[in-house]
Amino acid sequence: MWDYVKLIVLAGVGLLAAIAANYARDLPYMVNAIEVAIAAAITFIYVLRHVGEDAPNTPDEYQDGVIRAGVIATTFWGIVGFLVGVVIAFQLAYPALNLGNVTEGILNFGRLRPLHTSAVIFAFGGNALIMSAFYVVQRTSAARLWGGNLGWFVFWGWQLMIVLAASSYILGGTEGKEYAETVWYIDLWITVVWVAFLAVFVGTLVKRREPHIYVANWFYLSMILTVAMLHLVNNAAIPVSILGSLSVPVYSGVQDAMVQWWYGHNAVGFFLTAGFLGMMYYFVPKQVERPVYSYKLSIIHFWALIFLYIWAGPHHLHYTALPDWASTLGMVFSVMLWMPSWGGMINGLMTLSGAWDKLRTDPVLRMMVIAIGFYGMSTFEGPVMSIKAVNALSHYTDWTIGHVHSGALGWNGMITFSVLYFLTPRLWNRAGLYSLKLVSWHFWLATIGIVLYASSMWVTGIMEGLMWREVDANGFLVNAFADTVAAKFPMYVVRGLGGTMFLTGALIMVYNLWMTVNAQPAKASASAAVPAE
Amino acid sequence: METYSFLRELADSWALLLLTLFFVGAALWAFRPGSRAIHQDAANVIFKHDKSPGPLPGPSKEG
Repeated sequence: MWDYVKLIVLAGVGLLAAIAANYARDLPYMVNAIEVAIAAAITFIYVLRHVGEDAPNTPDEYQDGVIRAGVIATTFWGIVGFLVGVVIAFQLAYPALNLGNVTEGILNFGRLRPLHTSAVIFAFGGNALIMSAFYVVQRTSAARLWGGNLGWFVFWGWQLMIVLAASSYILGGTEGKEYAETVWYIDLWITVVWVAFLAVFVGTLVKRREPHIYVANWFYLSMILTVAMLHLVNNAAIPVSILGSLSVPVYSGVQDAMVQWWYGHNAVGFFLTAGFLGMMYYFVPKQVERPVYSYKLSIIHFWALIFLYIWAGPHHLHYTALPDWASTLGMVFSVMLWMPSWGGMINGLMTLSGAWDKLRTDPVLRMMVIAIGFYGMSTFEGPVMSIKAVNALSHYTDWTIGHVHSGALGWNGMITFSVLYFLTPRLWNRAGLYSLKLVSWHFWLATIGIVLYASSMWVTGIMEGLMWREVDANGFLVNAFADTVAAKFPMYVVRGLGGTMFLTGALIMVYNLWMTVNAQPAKASASAAVPAE
Repeated sequence: METYSFLRELADSWALLLLTLFFVGAALWAFRPGSRAIHQDAANVIFKHDKSPGPLPGPSKEG
């Protein structure tokens, strides 16, 4: 019965999407409608071929299939996102690479930049969050994922969102809001998938057979809830037409700016920090084989982060039309945020106390530790940059870009790589990773790449800030904007090289994970070796 | 009073007080007597159910 409902809905969606493609008012909308029609058709055929099959009823097993798919998707989108990042880094150094007269602007920096940010944050990071949340919530709740195949819906729904967003950006569809460029109908789809994610996560927590809700789940849950709130508020917009991708935001002027940066900063704070801290609180203790250093500190860390982060957004709008009190508030909360951030860093690092020797032999653990180190470094740099006097120099310069990347590559990237190294042998039941030496290669390539990236951006950012504010004896500006662009060239090349090293490391990881699954012997039957509890 | 002024005054008086109290309360709650054993237990959850959710009512795959 349920299968027939699904078939009718899918047929309806496919038909409507095809009609919408026919009447589309703009190119991104038309292409997206065609993609939706294709996705509906494929799902229709899949459902049709499996009509009447019962879903496997195995409550005494974890649902790991969707996590395996998540590992593959995380790795794949990571490579795509890093590759586009390297391309746009070199486009800035060598503008000819925009290929303006060949592709008519489709592949220029302005189109590829949101593709890069969305690919790394929402495709790579989002898949990492979803799959690791599914892994952690099952293991810490002693319960199979709630909702049957709803987990698969979340997975495929998220991939569809990524494909829609990517093709929309390339063809010029955007809402013009940083990290929220997706147009209105993609925003609606994100909401549907995200609510399903929330349902699967909370449903699993509700049916847990363990009295505690482990702290990692708190971080994951706060991430899911807060991102839902941010997404809904920031994307409130009225479509110009139901057959086009254009929409008008409901806010205007400084309110719009403030809502955008309330969203933007908390996307960093909850998507890229709280969620990934959930990973830290599960996978670091697992890899060290010791419980977290202080569970009490983790609780304080959680509440302090929640209570402080949400107010830090106005530091993106210093010296603008935003009221002075609001930007001061943002600055003060950003500086206070330093404390919980470092509390969390200390908690993660001190989990190794008594087991520091493992750093000598375990490159995966080394990766986790450097991720926590970069977390500490960028959460120190951030509060410094939020101070108005510093921001007057750093804002609009490449220093900001460097700061974001030391957090994103160093913290999010490294912790995700280590989680992928942790999960792959376990999920495919392999005796261990194919090569620890290759993990070390990845570690050093990525680390040196990040150092090149961050340091070149410090140099060029501060130089640029100083050049912009330089005035001569008569009070005239000394430098034209183009002078700063010309002066930045060597640093742009170094940044591109750093990105290339980071990408190379990730490619080595792909090879290593591939060989782990395909060339490593299967682990000896685990159930026979483990004593019954 | 205009909405802006009302919300602004609410935010830096009652809302600030309530949020601060909630935060301080949550932090103090973590240090309540008897919490040590509970936290120790919770911190070790991650080592308990690695392979499967464990024995359920009915035939189990493990053991």
